[in-house]
Amino acid sequence: MEPKPITSLPPDRRDFITKAAAIAIGGAIAVVPPLAGLAVFVDPLRRKSEAGSAVLVATLGAIPENGEPRKFPVLATKIDAWNRTPHVPVGAVYLQRLKDNQIRAFNVVCPHAGCFVDFRPTKGHYHCPCHDSSFSLDGQILDPKSPSPRGLDDLPVEIRQGSEVWVTFQNFRAGVHEKIPV
Amino acid sequence: MKPALDWLDQRTGYKKLLHETLFENVPGGARWRYVWGSTLAFCFTIQVITGLALWLAYSPSSQTAWESVYFIQHEMWGGWFLRGLHHFTAQAMTVLLVIHLMQVVIDGAYKAPRELNFWSGIVLLLLTLGLSLTGYLLPWDQKGFWATKVATNIAAITPFIGPALQKVVVGGNDYGHHTLTRFFALHAGFIPGAIIAFIGVHIYLFRRHGITPKEPRRRPDAAFWPDQVLRDAVACLAVLLVVLFLIFRFHGAELGAPADPSEQFSAARPEWYFLFLFELLKYFPGGTEIWGAIVIPGILMGILAAMPFVGNWKLGHRFNVTFLWAMLVGIGALTFLALKADRGNPDYHAAVLAAERDAHRAVLLAQSPEGIPPTGAVTLLRQDAFTQGPKLFAKNCASCHRYDGHDGVGGQPKDAPSAADLKGFASREWLTGLLDPAKITTPHYFGGSKLQGGKMAKFVKDDVAAFSAEAKTDLAKALTALSAEARLKTQHAADQRDASLIQSGTKALIGTTLGCMDCHKFHDSGEELGSAPDLTGYGSREWLIDFIHNPEHPRFYGSRNDRMPAFGVEKQLTTQEIGLITDWLRGEWYEPKKL
Repeated sequence: MEPKPITSLPPDRRDFITKAAAIAIGGAIAVVPPLAGLAVFVDPLRRKSEAGSAVLVATLGAIPENGEPRKFPVLATKIDAWNRTPHVPVGAVYLQRLKDNQIRAFNVVCPHAGCFVDFRPTKGHYHCPCHDSSFSLDGQILDPKSPSPRGLDDLPVEIRQGSEVWVTFQNFRAGVHEKIPV
Repeated sequence: MKPALDWLDQRTGYKKLLHETLFENVPGGARWRYVWGSTLAFCFTIQVITGLALWLAYSPSSQTAWESVYFIQHEMWGGWFLRGLHHFTAQAMTVLLVIHLMQVVIDGAYKAPRELNFWSGIVLLLLTLGLSLTGYLLPWDQKGFWATKVATNIAAITPFIGPALQKVVVGGNDYGHHTLTRFFALHAGFIPGAIIAFIGVHIYLFRRHGITPKEPRRRPDAAFWPDQVLRDAVACLAVLLVVLFLIFRFHGAELGAPADPSEQFSAARPEWYFLFLFELLKYFPGGTEIWGAIVIPGILMGILAAMPFVGNWKLGHRFNVTFLWAMLVGIGALTFLALKADRGNPDYHAAVLAAERDAHRAVLLAQSPEGIPPTGAVTLLRQDAFTQGPKLFAKNCASCHRYDGHDGVGGQPKDAPSAADLKGFASREWLTGLLDPAKITTPHYFGGSKLQGGKMAKFVKDDVAAFSAEAKTDLAKALTALSAEARLKTQHAADQRDASLIQSGTKALIGTTLGCMDCHKFHDSGEELGSAPDLTGYGSREWLIDFIHNPEHPRFYGSRNDRMPAFGVEKQLTTQEIGLITDWLRGEWYEPKKL
């Protein structure tokens, strides 16, 4: 005896519903775990760039009077995910005394790819040890063949109490012409 | 046994599978040129096993990554060998990938119907390079940190998605814990997972289409087992032997000093097989680096991927082979240029030496009884006089002073020395030179400063020069006594041995023959403070710290100070920094006990 059809619907229509349901349910359960992971994966995009804050970096007396730049560490609170460490080096700056006792500050990070530039006293210019970018004392690109897209990033300086050198410290995105804070 | 195997076979069908695996037809018989795929599978297996073993001891965070790798390398049983095996097998894999690619292209194994197999191979090549890139950072040493920082900064120039890509990979705006957790997840999870999937595809397609025989066929067809298996095994053994040689030759993989985001690392270079990209970047002036970093490598990969199509043309195969050779020669030439530039660069050599010094020192300190603090090994170096002393001296003191004729780190400042050379300050030898009429006004002592016209210089040049033989003996004794005040580590044994000499030297020092107490003070003897530096505790840690803090204090030079800044009073140096310079000058730093 032929078995009776278990439903009155025509076979292809029943198939369609079964297939659609299988795809919908299968798809739905397959999507949830990757989505949950994706949220954490892209979480860093939420981290906004931090505005620079003024940091006491040095005293006037520590900056050579002959106009030679000198490197100073920038001590501030470092935030690294769950850790907050006060008073540790978060970067470094070159400070240089200009004629009228003004102070010039450059972030030591090369705007090309993020290495620290050296000041070469014998040549009187800055040089990056990674890809050979060079910068003049005023931070401009010296050798036009330098791979750096812009000059050194200068930072605002303020003299407080007559001798304290405060620098508004900030890092900038590497590899682009514009100075974009990160 | 046989019934048991039959039982298993009925339920799994393993015999058929084994037969298919071992008795695959090798057209033209076994050949050495077919071994490369197997050597790669072997290397990948080594990497999975050694990687899992390393995982047992590795901890990805910025306070524990270097520390755990240090522990593997220097404290755990066979850890250095395990790391070495993982490290050098990774290098071998890169070389073998290139050889495998060459064999495939030269033999025309990329042509239809094997296009997908070829492409899956290219994906595997890129994934393996991804493993190298992510693995380089994991020890969190200076070298890996700075090289990877450059790499992720370059990734950020990718059009449109660059900055977001960098943020997602780095795990935020700056390098830190999440950079490590992410690189580790990529290195040990995502990429190996993808590689396993693609190896599956690769081997399935390879079995489906079979070996592309190299014509002319020298011998009749044969089965994979045992001839080809033997050749594959011998090739894998050769690879393993080379890797073992490298492990023992270099005593495992290198571990640099712990990463310090604020400490310059001028020797930052990528792994040797990325040097060509590094070199290429030097040729693209500001703003055009996208050509060197993305466009040109992208075009080359595009041409590589198009080989199956190009190969259909009449001269296509020849083009492909020529292109591959040209690319490899180009890569080789750029690598050579990069190495050549570094070889002729004294700054690079100095940076490498400094890096090795720091690396060695970090391990010594980590092995010291104090060990690594919870803040991580980077604080060990930051608080180490041997590491920081020379740098601080070069920056703050060397514009006038010298240390053994150089600036502390081996360089020469622009201006000639204008104050004393402080190597061995307050030692018997140093003091003997100071009191030598022939030496006191040389640049080694007072020659460059206004002290050369002062009372002390006059005393030495006139009075000491005219001393009787007896007074000269007294002076030598007195200097021994004065030097003992410094309690120098290097003179500890001599000071103990010469206790009685020091006692009589003290009498000579405060006696009237020499006349020291006419200007100086020494404990309860001599002048009031203000006429000359106090000799009480001369050159001791406390004396020197106070001196650097404020040389204008009446206890020291008072108003007669020449140009030396009051580093502490003017806040040019922190108390900790003054302590580090002092300890370094006095030779006080941690040294392991000699066995």
